[in-house]
Amino acid sequence: MSDTDKFDEHHNGEGDEPTRRDFIYIATAAAAAVGGGAFAWPLVSQMSAAGDTRAAGSIEIDLSKVSEGQQLKVLWRGKPVFVRYRTQKEIDEADAVDIETLRDPETDDARFVANPEGKINKHLLVMVGVCTHFGCIPVGEAGDFDGWYCPCHGSHYDTSGRIRKGPAPTNMVIPKYAYISDTVIKVG
Amino acid sequence: MSGPSTYEPKYAAERWLDKRLPIVRMSVDFMGFPSPRNLNYWYAFGGILTLCLMAQIITGIILAMHYTPHVDLAFDSVQRIRRDVPFGWLLQPMHAVGASMFFLAVYIHMFRGMFYGSYKNPRELLWIIGCLIYLAMMATGFLGYTLPWGQMSFWGATVITGFFGAIPVVGESLQQWLLGGYSVGNPTLQRFFSLHYLLPFVIAALVGLHIWAVHHVGQNNPIGIEPKSKSDTLPFHPFYTMKDAFAIAVFLMIFALFVFYLPDALGHADNYQRADPMKTPPHIVPEWYFLPFYAILRAVPDKLLGIILMFAAIAVLFILPWLDTSKVRSMRFRPVTKWFFIIFLVMGFILGWCGARSPDDIAIPIGDGGMTFKWLSRIATLYYFAYFFPILPVMGWIEKTKPLPESITKAVLSGDA
Repeated sequence: MSDTDKFDEHHNGEGDEPTRRDFIYIATAAAAAVGGGAFAWPLVSQMSAAGDTRAAGSIEIDLSKVSEGQQLKVLWRGKPVFVRYRTQKEIDEADAVDIETLRDPETDDARFVANPEGKINKHLLVMVGVCTHFGCIPVGEAGDFDGWYCPCHGSHYDTSGRIRKGPAPTNMVIPKYAYISDTVIKVG
Repeated sequence: MSGPSTYEPKYAAERWLDKRLPIVRMSVDFMGFPSPRNLNYWYAFGGILTLCLMAQIITGIILAMHYTPHVDLAFDSVQRIRRDVPFGWLLQPMHAVGASMFFLAVYIHMFRGMFYGSYKNPRELLWIIGCLIYLAMMATGFLGYTLPWGQMSFWGATVITGFFGAIPVVGESLQQWLLGGYSVGNPTLQRFFSLHYLLPFVIAALVGLHIWAVHHVGQNNPIGIEPKSKSDTLPFHPFYTMKDAFAIAVFLMIFALFVFYLPDALGHADNYQRADPMKTPPHIVPEWYFLPFYAILRAVPDKLLGIILMFAAIAVLFILPWLDTSKVRSMRFRPVTKWFFIIFLVMGFILGWCGARSPDDIAIPIGDGGMTFKWLSRIATLYYFAYFFPILPVMGWIEKTKPLPESITKAVLSGDA
């Protein structure tokens, strides 16, 4: 150790001045850090959704297959999409709720996408049938609010799929979708 | 590993080898490691755990020869192992039951360490390495439970990976990165298999550090005082190899009881149904060894807070050496804290019970209603954390401990050890 000190002193004179050796240490470390990062990036990134997985991310659903009081379950991105043909009673229930009392305030109307004529069809509710708590699939026409009930940890959703009671933080998600004809929608 | 080597090669061949590669010397010194003479059977679980790890690695490597990590084939390949592969009926339950036995042994090992104060100076790092092993075991257990691709496998994986989705801002992208897609699917299964194969070797490396650390600082013992003279210790071999061997034989009898007579008792019937992403089982429960943490998760109505508490319940173990302020290691000499520890143990069991049941069911009936499992788990969760803070730090300051024996030898000879 003392040899090294002498060696450094000999070349350095002033102890605090950075030397050419300090520069080369820092330059080497910086180059190694950049190289290490460049090498690590693909190793980390490979875990993201692959091209084919992402490509399979959109589906078409024919809404005319659902009749009043029925619910259609379609697999989309590995999760079920619920298409619920709501009865007038269920729509009235969803409309009657005071928005201020909701955990995740949202009107019933805001949970629909307009068809090509610019109108919303409040009978056909399209949403991702996944509980926003830990991803279980809620059971339909159940729970304290006539909507959905998640059996995993007891979240209750109303007839609009909005969270009303239990541990889930937000309403069930309305996926991005658009009408491609009067009765067919494209999800994703 | 501690002290000068006592090995003397007897034969020419041994001397020849010793000069070139002192491997026999290393083993002899390693096995002759001076151990406190008063170790009881609770100290046999280190040996039992080593055996568990080896058994899991051996059976696991064999199962991987027959298992197919693909969503369409995984479930059938596990059933094929159980029905068609020669001795598959034995090897698959050995691995599945083995995981439960591993956790049973690790919990006893940890509670033993907590009771005798084995985490205190100078064994803090030994304890922390142990906590890391426990953490790696939990990850391995979770990943492995996903592989048979039954209903509980799938939905367990969905719920657990959902934790990451709860992290603010980056949660959703992080979750997709972990899953390799929008939901638990084939990419998830394949990476879980890869990591499930990797982690046991990480555990083996950590076990190496754990054993190195225990050989460096020496074992703690039931009265928690350091050996002071040669008469306080015994060489590990043959004294504790024999004691461990007997304990291992008893442990293996329990292991065999489950493997041969109750291979599915610790699993869940729903996992004999193929994974179905369209249908959630009515009642999702994790494996029994995760139940206390699952109960803590569900004790709070808020999603993120529940997850934070659950991880905190594990994280707090890492700082235990600094939370317990008492100079006295063993609970044998801590008349009041001993009872707090026993309540802690009971609360651990209560949390496990709560984790297995529906939160809104009645746990303790009183009149028409009673206390639900949710409220019971809230009380137990509160105590779980209260034990670490403030009970342990405060008791360390105010408790009047019993007088410690002068030495291990004296304690043994007077029958107090």
